[in-house]
Formats: sequence, C-alpha cells, structure tokens
Amino acid sequence: MNNRYWNTFSKGLLRENPVFRLVLGTCPTLAVTTAAMNGLGMGAAATFVLLCSNVVISLLRKLIPGKVRLPSYIVVIAGFTTIVQMLVKAYLPSIDQALGIYLPLIVVNCIILGRAEAFAGKNSVGLAALDGLGMGAGFTAALIVMGGIRELLGNGTIFGWPDGGMFPPIAIFVLPAGGFFVFGILIWLANRLSLRLEQNETRRELAATAACAACPMAGACHGEGATVNE
Amino acid sequence: MEHTLLVSSSPHVHCGMNTRDIMRDVIIALSPALAASVWLFGLRALAVELVCVASALAAEYLSRRVMKRPQTVGDLSAVVTGLLLAFNLPATIPLWQAAFGSVVAIVVAKQMFGGLGQNFVNPALVGRIVLMGSFPETMNNWVDPLKWLSDPLGHLGTVDAVSSATPLAQMAADSTVEIDAMPLLFGMRGGSLGETCVIALVLGGLYLVIRRIISPMIPVVYIGTVFVMTWLLGADPVTHILSGGLMLGAIFMATDYATCPINRSGKLVYAIGCGLLTVLIRLYGSLPDGVSFAIVIMNILTPLIERVVRPRPFGNKRGKAVAK
Repeated sequence: MNNRYWNTFSKGLLRENPVFRLVLGTCPTLAVTTAAMNGLGMGAAATFVLLCSNVVISLLRKLIPGKVRLPSYIVVIAGFTTIVQMLVKAYLPSIDQALGIYLPLIVVNCIILGRAEAFAGKNSVGLAALDGLGMGAGFTAALIVMGGIRELLGNGTIFGWPDGGMFPPIAIFVLPAGGFFVFGILIWLANRLSLRLEQNETRRELAATAACAACPMAGACHGEGATVNE
Repeated sequence: MEHTLLVSSSPHVHCGMNTRDIMRDVIIALSPALAASVWLFGLRALAVELVCVASALAAEYLSRRVMKRPQTVGDLSAVVTGLLLAFNLPATIPLWQAAFGSVVAIVVAKQMFGGLGQNFVNPALVGRIVLMGSFPETMNNWVDPLKWLSDPLGHLGTVDAVSSATPLAQMAADSTVEIDAMPLLFGMRGGSLGETCVIALVLGGLYLVIRRIISPMIPVVYIGTVFVMTWLLGADPVTHILSGGLMLGAIFMATDYATCPINRSGKLVYAIGCGLLTVLIRLYGSLPDGVSFAIVIMNILTPLIERVVRPRPFGNKRGKAVAK
C-alpha cells in the first residue's frame, strides 16, 4: 500500500512529468520561464490550485453528475485561481507583474483540468491530494529548470543574482525562439531518462521472476535480452 | 542475355558530379566576394571568415561523430555555410560570437534535422538571425570600407570601431536621402563582409549559372520583384537592389537546393514571395533590411508551394487528387 501512495506522488516528477512527458501546460511554460524566479512563482501558484481543486473535486466526485462534470470542475478551479490571484497581487506584486495574464489563466491550464478529469474524479481524497502535489512538484521543477537555464544563458544571472561573468549573456535564450529550443532539448532529455528508468525496472522485475531464473544465460545478460526483445 | 536487358528505374545517366564538386564550385563563386571583403574591411574580415569556416567544419565533424552517422565533413558544405555566415556579419564582430553563430548554423539548423539536404531552412541564415537576436549591438556595428588602410594591423584588435550607417538604415531614417549608385557597385559602403561588393557577387552568380549549378530563375525574379515593388511604392529601386544583403541572399542563399522548390513554377512563386517580403520588411518593417527573414520565411513555405505546383501526370484530370 505504501508503494501505491509513493507511486501516485512520484509519477508526476519524471515518468509522467506534465511538462516534459505529457507536454501539457505548454503556453505558461514557454511564456513565463524567462527567469527562474518566475518559474518558481508560476509553479507554486499552479501547485496550490492543483492540490486544492484535486481535493475538492475528489470529495465531490459522487455528487457531480457525469454530464456536467467539466463545468463543475472549472468552477472549482476558477474559485481557487481567484484566491491565488488575489493573494499574489496583495503580497507579491513583483511576481504578479512578471506573470501578468498567465496567473489568471491558470483556470484554463490543461494540467489542472487534466488531473481533475483523469485522476481526482475517480480516486479517494488522499490519493488525489498526493497526485496534485506530485504533478505540481513536477510542473514547478520543470519551470524552474527551464527558467534557470534560460536566465543563466540569456541574462547571465541565477534567480536574479549575477553569475560572475561565467557565461556572456546570449539574449536569444530569453526570447521565444530560445524558449522553444530549450524546451525541445529538455523534452529529449526527460524522454531518454525515463526510458532508461523503465528499462531498468523491467529488467529488475524480470530478474526477480522465474522467467530469467530458469534461463541459463541470466547471469550473463542481466535481463537485457528480455527488454531488447520487447 | 538477362544482363543485356537490365531493367531499372530512372535516372539512367549520371553526370558524374557529386556534392563535393557542387560545393567546390560554390566556393569558387564566392571567392571574388571573399577577396573584395578583405580589400574593403582588412585582415579583420579574413579573421572572421577563417573562424566561421573552421568552427563550421569542427561542428560538422563533431556532430556527425556524436550522432554516430557517416562522416560528411568532406563534402565541403560546411565550408560554404561558414563562408556565407561570415559574409553576413560585420567586420567588428567578436570572434567567439562568429564561432557561436557557425555552431548554431551547423548543429541546430542542419545536423539536428539530419544533415545536408534535410535542413528546412538555410543554416547560414539561421546563424545570422540567432546572432541578430542575441547580440544586437555587435551585429549592427558597421565600419566604413577601406578605413583599415590607415592602420593595417591595429584594426585587428579594436572591436568598438566608429560605426557608420548602412545605406538602407540611412533611407529608413530619411526617405528623401539621395545615394549615389556607383560606389554601391564596388562595395564602397558600410555593411556585412560579403554583401557590399555587388560586382564580385554578380561575377560569382554568373559563374554558377554558366556551370549550371543554379538556375538564374530565383536570383533574377527575386531581384526583379524587389526592383518593381520598390519602384511602384515610390522608393529608389536602383539603390534598393544594390544595397543590403539582397545580391548575396538572392544569388547564394535563396538558391540553396534543399530549401527552395524544385520545378520552375515553384521557383517563380518562391522568388516572388522572397521579393515581396523583402520589400515589405524594408519599407514598412522595423528592420532596415529584410532579406534574411524573407528567405527563411519562404524556406519554411517551400513544402506548401511544392504541394500547389505539383506537376499533373499526363492523362490525369485537373484538380483530381493524384494517387499516393
């Protein structure tokens, strides 16, 4: 059981990372990641909305009729987005300025509606909360990594601190074209990494089962033959 | 008996020419402009060109190596890309920025899409546009031609030379300004290394046409469109076709095999599109010159143009979909 909770949380980090693996929420991803700080702000705001809406939708899942579930989800999400927007405006005006229109647009962020539809509407409250946290963490991490790379290469700073002239700033990285380029490279890396993790997992499973135990070559191939044949 | 009646699909006759020969001819065609750039802008121009070519070759070699693909550095296409990129840069650009542009051109625009023939836009132009987006100050730092003669070796070190406006920038600032056409022919103006000397570029273009490396269709229609459009819109057509990157772009970059349409009507549409976009950007856009963006946009549209002008097989009805 423990494993199940951990899996629900951790799948959002890499294996089903909403940005790099599911390629959802691309619009805010490309628009706000000109600096690492903006990525952190956007990620935190979206994570809050995602966690709260997942919990509420999971609680209401037996009350909401199937035919009107999408409008109902959106009402819940819009409520929490409004809360976040007001809080950020009041306490973090600089973040509010940097994120601009993308903060209220969390309402239509497809990661949040996607998790409500795919997970929270079908699972218990605890799992839905973990799913929201995991997906939010994955989204935030992705935005910080992308914002960090673009800020470091394009502006010569890290979270607003000068990097001491380590890299001469190459402005194209903070322009949209550079955003697409960094996005593509990171998707490639994430795909490679999670493919390798999956292969390792199947290998371990196979080695543990009778399939490999019965094979005389098991000692030599470490289950590699089985994954290749797949 | 069965050997004498061998059945194979076309082509049946091969002219014996390969990529390397074509690229060698292009390099020969570029050499008058190369000589002109050294004459006009000094040894600093030669340094920029050497750095661009060397880093393009290194990037080509290393990326083929890393991707474990057959080595293609010997086909000389990287030399052409490096030279064309250098021709699009000002003489004062820091050398590491020139090298960065070369690496972007080869790795991002060419090898990441599969190498020569698979690139969907002209690599040298991508390098130039990325540099323009990245380093707007150094990319717009023009020097007057022949200024280096007063200090033949000293100019190698100085990067922040006095910048002078290009004719297009002068016209953009003040549309009534009169510019003499004669100095433009010989390249006596501020501008990128290889774009200024019109005579050298036209010589190279004639060589390519005589050697049948390129068809004159694209350059002639492209330059003609710019001439007619600027004339119709009330600008000075002669100055417009002799300045900016038009000659260099129309002769050497718009004619890149991989990124322009194959058949004649496709080339016509493509060249007219290039001309129209160039004039629109020059006269109404915020940039003084629009050649590189015009060519890149038409590169991207090339697959769509080819779909429209696909030849109708004999006997098929017009408008009927061709069986795939």
